[in-house]
Amino acid sequence: MSLESSTLPNSPIFGRMTWESVPMFHEPILAVTFVGTVLLGLALMAVITRHKLWGYLWNEWFTSIDHKKIGIMYIVLGLVMLLRGFSDALMMRLQQAIAFGDNVGYLPPAHYDQIFTAHGVIMIFFVAMPLVTGLMNYLVPLQIGARDVAFPFLNNFSFWMTVSGAVLVMMSLFFGEFAATGWLAYPPLSGLAFSPGVGVDYYLWSLQIAGVGTLLSGVNLLVTIIKMRAPGMGMMKMPVFTWTSLCTNVLIVVSFPVLTAVLAFLLLDRYVGTNFFTSDLGGNAMMYVNLIWIWGHPEVYILVLPVFGVYSEIVSTYCGKRLFGYSSMVYATVCITVLSYLVWLHHFFTMGSGASVNSFFGITTMIISIPTGAKIFNWLFTMYRGRIRFEVPMLWTIGFMITFVVGGMTGVLLAVPPADFVLHNSLFLIAHFHNVIIGGVVFGLFAAMTHWFPKAFGFKLDDFWGKVSFWFWLAGYWFAFTPLYVLGLMGITRRMSHFDDPSLQIWFQIAAFGAVLVAIGIAAFLICIYVSFRKRDQLRDVTGDPWDGRTLEWSTSSPPPSYNFAFTPVVHDNDAWWDMKQRGFTRMREGFLPVHMPKNTPAGLVLAVLSTVVGFAMIWHVWWLAAISFLAVVAYAIWHTFNYDRDFHIPAAEVAATEHARTVQLETFRG
Amino acid sequence: MAEPIALTREDGAPVFLDTQGRHHPENGSLLGFWIYLLSDLMIFGCLFATFGVLGRNFAAGPSGADLFDLKLVAVNTAVLLVSSITYGFAMIAMQARNKRGLIAWLIVTGLLGATFLAIELYEFHHFIHIGAGPQRSAFLSSFFALVGTHGLHVFFGVVWLIVLCLQVNKHGLTRANTRRVACLSMFWHFLDVVWIGVFTFVYLMGSLR
Repeated sequence: MSLESSTLPNSPIFGRMTWESVPMFHEPILAVTFVGTVLLGLALMAVITRHKLWGYLWNEWFTSIDHKKIGIMYIVLGLVMLLRGFSDALMMRLQQAIAFGDNVGYLPPAHYDQIFTAHGVIMIFFVAMPLVTGLMNYLVPLQIGARDVAFPFLNNFSFWMTVSGAVLVMMSLFFGEFAATGWLAYPPLSGLAFSPGVGVDYYLWSLQIAGVGTLLSGVNLLVTIIKMRAPGMGMMKMPVFTWTSLCTNVLIVVSFPVLTAVLAFLLLDRYVGTNFFTSDLGGNAMMYVNLIWIWGHPEVYILVLPVFGVYSEIVSTYCGKRLFGYSSMVYATVCITVLSYLVWLHHFFTMGSGASVNSFFGITTMIISIPTGAKIFNWLFTMYRGRIRFEVPMLWTIGFMITFVVGGMTGVLLAVPPADFVLHNSLFLIAHFHNVIIGGVVFGLFAAMTHWFPKAFGFKLDDFWGKVSFWFWLAGYWFAFTPLYVLGLMGITRRMSHFDDPSLQIWFQIAAFGAVLVAIGIAAFLICIYVSFRKRDQLRDVTGDPWDGRTLEWSTSSPPPSYNFAFTPVVHDNDAWWDMKQRGFTRMREGFLPVHMPKNTPAGLVLAVLSTVVGFAMIWHVWWLAAISFLAVVAYAIWHTFNYDRDFHIPAAEVAATEHARTVQLETFRG
Repeated sequence: MAEPIALTREDGAPVFLDTQGRHHPENGSLLGFWIYLLSDLMIFGCLFATFGVLGRNFAAGPSGADLFDLKLVAVNTAVLLVSSITYGFAMIAMQARNKRGLIAWLIVTGLLGATFLAIELYEFHHFIHIGAGPQRSAFLSSFFALVGTHGLHVFFGVVWLIVLCLQVNKHGLTRANTRRVACLSMFWHFLDVVWIGVFTFVYLMGSLR
């Protein structure tokens, strides 16, 4: 479907919407997907209605300001979107494996372009980000001995804004089109002249709305870590995951505004007719590329730093040892945080900024491998002479260490500007960043989900299916991306939907095989959750500390009570819970006090729904609706500030009852 | 405020729990607001950087020297700077627990803010009227974006001022309200600081060419 600007409808009531906007009518793949999605959605709603769960979902989850529940909701969002993003990946792998010579494959180029754009956008913004944010939300307050985050309502609001962005991206699948520009939507291609349709607008509004959520959750977690640590927990006594979260949120707070600004400029170019990035009247498209990578490079570290924290926690737990080089780990993290701001230009050495500028950015890029290497050695030395337990999270960690080192080395290779001129935009680059993002971030997220699952739900994940998932992911990754390294070295560029040279086909077929292995890995993880749920009584964790953990989250029950800790812990050591266990900590049985907690509110959800309407109306140029819904957002936000009654006390008796139940449980377990 | 909590008991045994409920984390609103301002400053940083790169791309259209009426902008700058002082008086009144004084000074500040916006809108209208709208050249695109974003902030600052006046009037100088007044104070002064950058880099230096 091509939308020429001259033929774009512009009705005062419906904006750009017509029946033609529904691509399902002429795209059988989409029609089938749509029917499948609708059936699945209806089935889900039927189940919820049948079990009368709507009230439970609304009261206990959607309006909850409990950081643990919000964290879990973020992770559910990330996993759901993973299925969508991975379907896109499978479709691309299939297309590239068959589209050679006379065979044009099954995806027309316009559709293929939307698929690779959606794949990138979804995987970064709506899979990796929610998973990482969810993890930080869940863990940080528990690790620092706090009862919630600093701004519980904002936390709920942030989550729903992220959902709102995801909803807009999903909507583009069935109504209109998505951007066909690549995941960063470089102008002038993404400008009005070359992309007059709604695709780029879907892209821009979904990211702007989700960006509000990300930024606010960054502010929230920063303040939480700075202000709400348990007594005794100085900065150098924080768990490493909390440290990496602190650095990540610093990066979020200083880099996401840059994304907001640059996308706003592109919005102005598209909606007002300004000339920031146009090819005439003084516009400068490279300004966009610079700005978006000033956000984009720190974003890479926003994803990977918390995961480095995860590996640190896992390695020391499963080796039964204090982490090797705690302070060097902290300084390495801080170094990476600073350096991540000084390397953005390596994404476009080919821009032609000259030898000295390219050298500067090439060298800073290579320097980043030093603190990263220090971390790898710290993990290795922690394992050295440790009693390693090869539980599933530890398998993911070892898989990460081997895989990630290769990705790091190809990264250093790409950091050499003359080499980059050859490899820029080739499949070598694609292989490199999937190597570090899958081998680093994704493996770490699976490790984290397996490690902390018993904390969140009170039972462990099944071992067998966890191992199946790990081995298929690991093998699948290597089968899928090693061929791309080879192809990239041969000069094959990214984003192609068809190839002429039949000698290349075998590599794409191997890559497609790898994608199938990964698909089995994902399926095995979902089966793992299902099987574990069925076997939950067998896998039950009654101790709250199933892995012999070291940090404070393992000191409370699994799942923790809404107030996390009946008494705020007092910290003496950076492995606080380990220290408590070593020095004979005993539980309190009486003397409980009322706990001060924030109240649930639907305000975040309402604001996010209204924001979705604003985004949708702007995308389709339905100006009246955009104006009304925007005013509604402002009015509702102001109305919400008139509510001063935002907290309550859990009575001491209730705390005592909860804690007594746990004492009984613990004693039964110990016999 | 949180009382200090002993790490060990008198007999030297470690204390692992705050059993007396002494630990109360400090309210994080002011720090959170500082961090929000930092992120907002990053947006202005991008606007300034973009103006720095595109600010001479006149595309054969008017330049700053052709357009800017420095006297008008000087008046506007004065209005905004005075509004920062009046906000300072509002804060002094708040510290003296003088509710009516606080509201009065907030109203004066709001009126000055509205005057600033009116003059800015007049300037924008004038530019657009003579064909120097944001579409004319990359210079004007970046000019309108930077100055307009600042103006938008002032607008929402005024809206916030009105809301706060109502809330202070209704609920008095509660702790929640004084915190809000303090946050808006930081926001207002922040806009002043940004404006000094705009006045210098956009108007004064722009008038030279």
